[in-house]
Amino acid sequence: MTTVSDPPKEGFRLSQLIYDTRYRSMTIQIVALIGFLTLIFWLINNTATNLAELGKEPSFRFLSEPAGYDINQRLLDYQSQDTHLRAALIGLLNTLLVAVMGCITATIIGVIVGVLRLSKNWLVSRLMAVYVEMFRNVPVLLWIVFVMAVLIETLPAPRAFRGDNATASMMLNDSVAVTNRGVYVPEPLFSRGLGDIHLLGDSSLRFDVSLDLIAILIVLGLGFFVSHKIKQRADHVQETTGDRPTTWYLRLGVVSLPFIVLLYALGFHLGYPELKGFNFRGGTHMRNSLIALWLALSLYTAAFIAEIVRAGILAISHGQTEAAAALGLRQNRIMNLVVLPQALRVIIPPLISNYLNLTKNSSLAIAVGYMDITGTLGGITLNQTGRELETLLLLMLCYLIISLSISAVMNWYNESVKLRER
Amino acid sequence: MKKTVFLGALTVAGLAAGAAAAGTIDDVKARGKLNCGVTTGLVGFAAPDANGEWSGFDVAVCRAVAAAVLGDATAVEFVPTTGKTRFTALASGEIDMLARNTTWTFSRDVDLKFTFVGVNYYDGQGFMVPKELGVSSAKELDGSTVCIQTGTTTELNLADFFRANNISYEPVPIETNAEAQQQYLAGACDVYTTDASGLAATRATFEAPADHILLPEIVSKEPLGPLVRHGDDEWGDVVRWTLNALITAEELGVTSANIGEMSAAAGNNPEINRLLGTEGNLGEMLGLSADWAKNAIAASGNYGEVFEKNIGEATPIGLARGLNAQWTEGGLIYSPPFR
Repeated sequence: MTTVSDPPKEGFRLSQLIYDTRYRSMTIQIVALIGFLTLIFWLINNTATNLAELGKEPSFRFLSEPAGYDINQRLLDYQSQDTHLRAALIGLLNTLLVAVMGCITATIIGVIVGVLRLSKNWLVSRLMAVYVEMFRNVPVLLWIVFVMAVLIETLPAPRAFRGDNATASMMLNDSVAVTNRGVYVPEPLFSRGLGDIHLLGDSSLRFDVSLDLIAILIVLGLGFFVSHKIKQRADHVQETTGDRPTTWYLRLGVVSLPFIVLLYALGFHLGYPELKGFNFRGGTHMRNSLIALWLALSLYTAAFIAEIVRAGILAISHGQTEAAAALGLRQNRIMNLVVLPQALRVIIPPLISNYLNLTKNSSLAIAVGYMDITGTLGGITLNQTGRELETLLLLMLCYLIISLSISAVMNWYNESVKLRER
Repeated sequence: MKKTVFLGALTVAGLAAGAAAAGTIDDVKARGKLNCGVTTGLVGFAAPDANGEWSGFDVAVCRAVAAAVLGDATAVEFVPTTGKTRFTALASGEIDMLARNTTWTFSRDVDLKFTFVGVNYYDGQGFMVPKELGVSSAKELDGSTVCIQTGTTTELNLADFFRANNISYEPVPIETNAEAQQQYLAGACDVYTTDASGLAATRATFEAPADHILLPEIVSKEPLGPLVRHGDDEWGDVVRWTLNALITAEELGVTSANIGEMSAAAGNNPEINRLLGTEGNLGEMLGLSADWAKNAIAASGNYGEVFEKNIGEATPIGLARGLNAQWTEGGLIYSPPFR
């Protein structure tokens, strides 16, 4: 019998890999890794073998073939003869559009509802609770389909606007038409526009940039910059003399005057929608599918955001509110200046995952016929080319990139509001 | 050491599982049931009735194949598929055959690797509009909103038609026929387009079918037929000749009423005898019993009977035989000889 204190008589033995605690965990990890890699290899190999047996080797050549189908909502120009790649790009932009619109609206509604749910007014806080529970506990797909059905069934068809005894009429001085095909609003037009720059030639990824828009953005940006300078100057004066000069008219002027002059120079006017033939023509057409998807996603996600905001506010100790009240701050100032900035630190991490959820939920768009990237690349393109594997991989890659970008931006923001410990 | 052996065995087993695949006909016989892909519900072609029993023009093909292979027309598992899921279901082996008013096209046959075994309905894409719009031709549809089922050949035909005529339109893509019907009836689209037979079937379910008209333009050729996977020719032959048996039966006057009498003993028409197995061994060549065609025809009648019962002029759908009459009557329905 050997004792513990005996020095090992020989060097490394193979059995030590299992029985020696110094090596065991490494052995287990290596075996697990080999097992995992074998599984992955088997999956890939199996797929490749089966596809080869069917005579369908993976290939992405279909992306450069003509798509052949039309897309109703497009942010860039697109015809049915464009490639599948361009159709996918149009779909991707539609996904981003509804995701961005949805995130903004959901945040606004969510914050308001979250704050109101803590209200001392019994009716208001109960109403908000009902809203949150209703939206949170019904699948979002049902909400999307429900909103769409309500829009289609309750709003008038364009033909109801026609004739002498029309049953429906346009709103806001005949400038807005609300129909069951969507909402038509006036569009900004420029009679002396600067034209567009065409980027990337005739390729599938080509896009036009409106010079009018760039000019407007530059003028507005400069205006805000000067306005900020005026504010800094006013702050400086206030700090040195104790008197704050009145600057609001200056600040308003430097932003709005050049903007108005520019709009006049470009010949700005509004294009009104008009009933011509089967549909309204002119104006900007917000399709029902977009409105239904946007509303349903926003309201659904807002219910979750409301709970996060409520949790964030409740996480701030009551002493903070009392201390602020003792300083003489008013209720809404306490909320805006003391509670919310601190609550943000609690709110932002779960908020990120709700933004991600909203973006991923937008792939339910096909339920209402909204042509997002799942509808174009993962729907019609998949169907017409029969390339399931390739399109789905591309689709997953797209969502992965979108989600990781949202995470990156939000993490950066989180970093900037985080409590700095010194 | 033992672990290595185990891992090796696992790998070999995995690779072997990936490779083996028996013939479809043996699979169906072993299972005792035919998995047949149909639509999610299109009255007249394939729809479950109040008791959950599937019936229709496409369903009859499934039943005939089940009767031919298994001798039992009810041994069918109907798998509802949408325009989007149908090909994946067939390619993955979830269904043995697809009878879902599917258009035979070059790319589906060649690129998607399917075998179309024949045509059971010659169709074409048409347009349906409410009568009150006062439209009499598809060329007057400039600027209209058109509902289409997504994932079908119709959205490609539609794009081609409007491009060729240089008129604009707004497509509203829709997943299933039922949703399309809802949007169309609510006036969210002016026009509904799909195969003319599908339009007729959809219109038949409306409260006031007479308020809607089908426009005269037929903008495409849509030969609809059952299909199977590439690479299993024995199974393809079974489905192909079952369909041909139904067609030949109509041509030769074999109906579900007289089939018992005709198949009892060899008659004096040799082709009927070969078809019904009282002469020759056609069934054996297919790997089926001698009375396979008799069972197939007895399941729901010959081609003409199936047509009249499900979508013919006496039904609410009211489709005329037209192109789908026998070749002897000036139509395109023509079966190669049973010889």
